[in-house]
Amino acid sequence: MKLTLHIWRQKAHNDKGGFVRYTLADVTEHMSFLEMLDVLNEELVVKGEEPVHFEHDCREGICGCCGAVVNGEPHGPQKGTTLCQLHMRHFHDNDEIWIEPFRSKAFPILKDLIVDRGAFDRVIQAGGFIAVRTGSAPDANGITVSKEASDLAMDAAECIGCGACVAACPNGSASLFVSAKLSQLGLLPQGQPERMKRAIAMIRKAEEEGFGYCSNYGECEAVCPKRISIHHIARANCDYHKASFTVWQGTGGKAAR
Amino acid sequence: MSALAAYWRSTVGKKMVMAVTGLILFAYVFVHMLGNLQLYAGDGGKAINEYAAFLHSTRAAPLLWTARIVLFACVFLHVWAAIALTIQAWGARPVRYSKRHYREADYFARTMIWSGPIIGAFVVYHVLHLTLGRGGAPYEELHAYENVINGFNIPCVAIFYMVAVLMLMMHFRHGLWSWFQTLGWSHPAHDGARRCVANVLTAIVVIGDLSFPIAVLLKLVTLPGGAA
Repeated sequence: MKLTLHIWRQKAHNDKGGFVRYTLADVTEHMSFLEMLDVLNEELVVKGEEPVHFEHDCREGICGCCGAVVNGEPHGPQKGTTLCQLHMRHFHDNDEIWIEPFRSKAFPILKDLIVDRGAFDRVIQAGGFIAVRTGSAPDANGITVSKEASDLAMDAAECIGCGACVAACPNGSASLFVSAKLSQLGLLPQGQPERMKRAIAMIRKAEEEGFGYCSNYGECEAVCPKRISIHHIARANCDYHKASFTVWQGTGGKAAR
Repeated sequence: MSALAAYWRSTVGKKMVMAVTGLILFAYVFVHMLGNLQLYAGDGGKAINEYAAFLHSTRAAPLLWTARIVLFACVFLHVWAAIALTIQAWGARPVRYSKRHYREADYFARTMIWSGPIIGAFVVYHVLHLTLGRGGAPYEELHAYENVINGFNIPCVAIFYMVAVLMLMMHFRHGLWSWFQTLGWSHPAHDGARRCVANVLTAIVVIGDLSFPIAVLLKLVTLPGGAA
């Protein structure tokens, strides 16, 4: 099939950037979206032009590296998949495709379609961990976990940190990402000691990084390649409300007199 | 920084303030609509005018002034939080997308920041019209029945009212659903009902409120003398 591509090209973070039009003549329906970009890049290299920079790693839909906004949708039109798992059979001959990077103040563009998602790492560093006894491996089932809590925590743990939730949110909010990480740890017994502190630390860090607030649009859930539910955001809000008015806040653990 | 100040500074805290104040304002609109149903008593306005007289009596003064102060405080906090959050959200995406395709974020939800000020402007006019008597329509103190009918017989007054009620519908439909989510009231057992509760409550208020100008314009509710 023949495609017309409008791709966002930007040399560096402080470059203005703009769309560049490319035509690609021989795209087969079996190609993945990233393979289609590989073919374009080969043509560009042969012509002596700068290839389009895009991030990718596993190309199996599990690493969270790839992602761009295709025709106004993060990860493209197919629901519940990353961009690398989108195949060209979902497009038609003579289609025009607009490809731009995830846009967020907290995700500065490094080059073309590549954004710096370091803000997510810093949110995790702020509280996305648990304290454990290191050394020998613990006994299996030494700590019991209910099946329901285990299932919900594993649903949340599916988050691959791709940033599509932020890209899709009209407010540029990272609430789905933050809440998935909070649920993943907060639903399990091992995550309880830091649960309240964690909710405060990660939510405030996300605000500090420049992500917007949650308006409960549900757009994040709709584009999430792992279909993380916004119910996790409700749980995170609940934890945050509790945490804000309990002894954990700023008292060093001492109950206020 | 005290816990309360830190809470207010955070977006989740501001959303909580919006949720609580929004619910109080919704509850007021709901009760206000129920009171106005007395327009349909078919008694030439006796019931609703007595109700108005009661609300403005000395006996009800503490209730009236408590309601006014609470409502004013709610509007103030709701608007303050909304403006602060919106400015922050606009800053979170300095470069906009050239193309946008929404899957879930509906028109009502995305226009909350615009339906809000339209409702606010209407509330100012509504108070001028039916509380202070400065709405450019015939007005007589405590004659709520006559004032409403005389007001809605002026087409632009009726149209502005109906537009405002449609804005309320847009605002409540997302706001009430949002309320559960912001408070953290989510449980698999009742999650399916949340949208439904929001839609039903919105529908009750909107149908009730829209019926008033329509009934007046269709002459279903008329002045005792029959004059319109």
